[in-house]
Amino acid sequence: MDAKELEVLSWKLRQDVLDIIVAGDGGHIGGDMSLMNALLVLYENHLRVSPETADDPDRDRFVLSKGHSMETYYAVLCEMGFLDLKDVKARFSKFGSPYIGHPNNKLPGIEMNSGSLGHGLPVCVGMALAGKRGGKKYRVYTVMGDGELAEGSVWEGAMAAAHFGLDNLCAVVDRNGLQISGPTEEVMAHEPLEARFRSFGWHVLEVDGNSIPALDAAFTAAKMLSGKPTVILAHTTKGYGSELMENRADWHHHLPTAEEYAQIKSDFAARKEAAAHGE
Amino acid sequence: MANKLPNRAAICETLLTHAKTDPDIFVLCSDSRGSASLTQFAEAFPEQFVEIGIAEQNLVSVAAGLASCGKKVFAASPACFLSTRSYEQAKIDVAYSNTNVTLIGISGGVSYGALGMSHHSAQDIAAMAALPNMRVYLPSDRHQTKKLIEALLLDEKPAYVRVGRNPVEDIYTEQDAPFELDKAVWLRGKDEKADIALIACGETVKPALVAAELLEAEGIRASVLDMYCVKPLDRAAVVEAATNARAVVTVEEHSPFGGLGAMVAQVVSERCPKMVKNLALPDAPVVTGTSAEVFAYYGLDALGIAKAAKEVLA
Repeated sequence: MDAKELEVLSWKLRQDVLDIIVAGDGGHIGGDMSLMNALLVLYENHLRVSPETADDPDRDRFVLSKGHSMETYYAVLCEMGFLDLKDVKARFSKFGSPYIGHPNNKLPGIEMNSGSLGHGLPVCVGMALAGKRGGKKYRVYTVMGDGELAEGSVWEGAMAAAHFGLDNLCAVVDRNGLQISGPTEEVMAHEPLEARFRSFGWHVLEVDGNSIPALDAAFTAAKMLSGKPTVILAHTTKGYGSELMENRADWHHHLPTAEEYAQIKSDFAARKEAAAHGE
Repeated sequence: MANKLPNRAAICETLLTHAKTDPDIFVLCSDSRGSASLTQFAEAFPEQFVEIGIAEQNLVSVAAGLASCGKKVFAASPACFLSTRSYEQAKIDVAYSNTNVTLIGISGGVSYGALGMSHHSAQDIAAMAALPNMRVYLPSDRHQTKKLIEALLLDEKPAYVRVGRNPVEDIYTEQDAPFELDKAVWLRGKDEKADIALIACGETVKPALVAAELLEAEGIRASVLDMYCVKPLDRAAVVEAATNARAVVTVEEHSPFGGLGAMVAQVVSERCPKMVKNLALPDAPVVTGTSAEVFAYYGLDALGIAKAAKEVLA
């Protein structure tokens, strides 16, 4: 899918996320919005998996390590045909529903459960190692939050991925700079992040994580890099898409009021319109 | 002691045998291949062995990732670390995601006697049993260990297996090791009335068996159940043993909380109420000593078990 089509689609999916959150009376809207473009580009243009090939041993693997951004994952999985959007909206977070607030691998298209942070990368090391040792060509992807990088297990996984030369593994850091208590650099500093990953033996790509063409190019570039795993540091905006919530830590899991909903919906519609007309 | 082969070595032998024809068997260690007796496996099947280094959290997550891609994974690390440091990985990546990983807790219980509480794992049964999907096994000798590992190779569900560091006396023989997954083994007194039912797991099974012989010499009839399957507990066997006896004594190398004794007491109190005495390690750092010394000190040896049985019946 070309960049313009993806841009237009992204605004439709942001509206889906907003509706899912409102229907379920809660969600992690800030990180959902910063994640959207990376996940959409990955699924549409790079990840080789479909509802028909969901059990194919040669399929690419994806693990959402920042599992709390589940509403964006739902919107993308629905768009890709794994799940039914109407059903997700009707049952998200409701009694007995499989559509919970974090990845549930009983649902089609979801490989592993998460929710606790710092699990995705080490699990993907195992998946990528299975591919390498088994002579498989599949690639393995994960997306982590930046606050998540304070978990020591992330760095155990990073060390191992480099040790085993897992160039079939690509991690994305949704570097929106905010976590629930405030700016990541105030809560627990990660910089110099690029140098940290490089010193752990990784290829590092830094991109504008709100830019669909930049993300698309980074995923393409990562496939060409060999010998080491690649991390894409995607510099994003928490709450991206509406000034009401952009760069605000208190929108980490804020439930929009009716007025806020209307404003955000209007902002998304305007951005979608602009995208459709090439602005 | 006749047997010189610890249970951990039996695990390696079994995996070596099956890996010859099954390239999906993967073994992971956390700088623990020596203490897990898995060096031979690492040398024989380097492509099916993964050294993770001293990083138990990574050990368990990587194991789960491999399993999700079709591998039959055995991750071995000292029980003291595996059941605590990587507990959340066991919970999320193995139990919750329901991956085909067998966690092997080596040198379990008080095997590392003199190394202190950091190296004891008196909480692993309680911790692991509390995780939905996780099964908990404590085989009693090398022959049962082999049968257990062979059974676990045939299914695709999570399990935690605890074995000790040192060789333990045989209870079974190579030719005669009755085994059915998740069914306790009757060592004495099946279908018979008894004065006392002894229910034990892991390294306390042999002392329980010897205790039964001591009691018999004094005219006290004791049945003995090898409850290697602590979870899922063989409830039917517990009910049968308790029903046919005047009282029950449980024996385990574990904290008094949340282990075999607590589970047996739950079943007995619900189904056939009668006296259940739990013999276990204390709720305190354990005294320094070899396993045998520690067992004797806390009354988990044959003499201590026999004494407790007589007190219960008195």
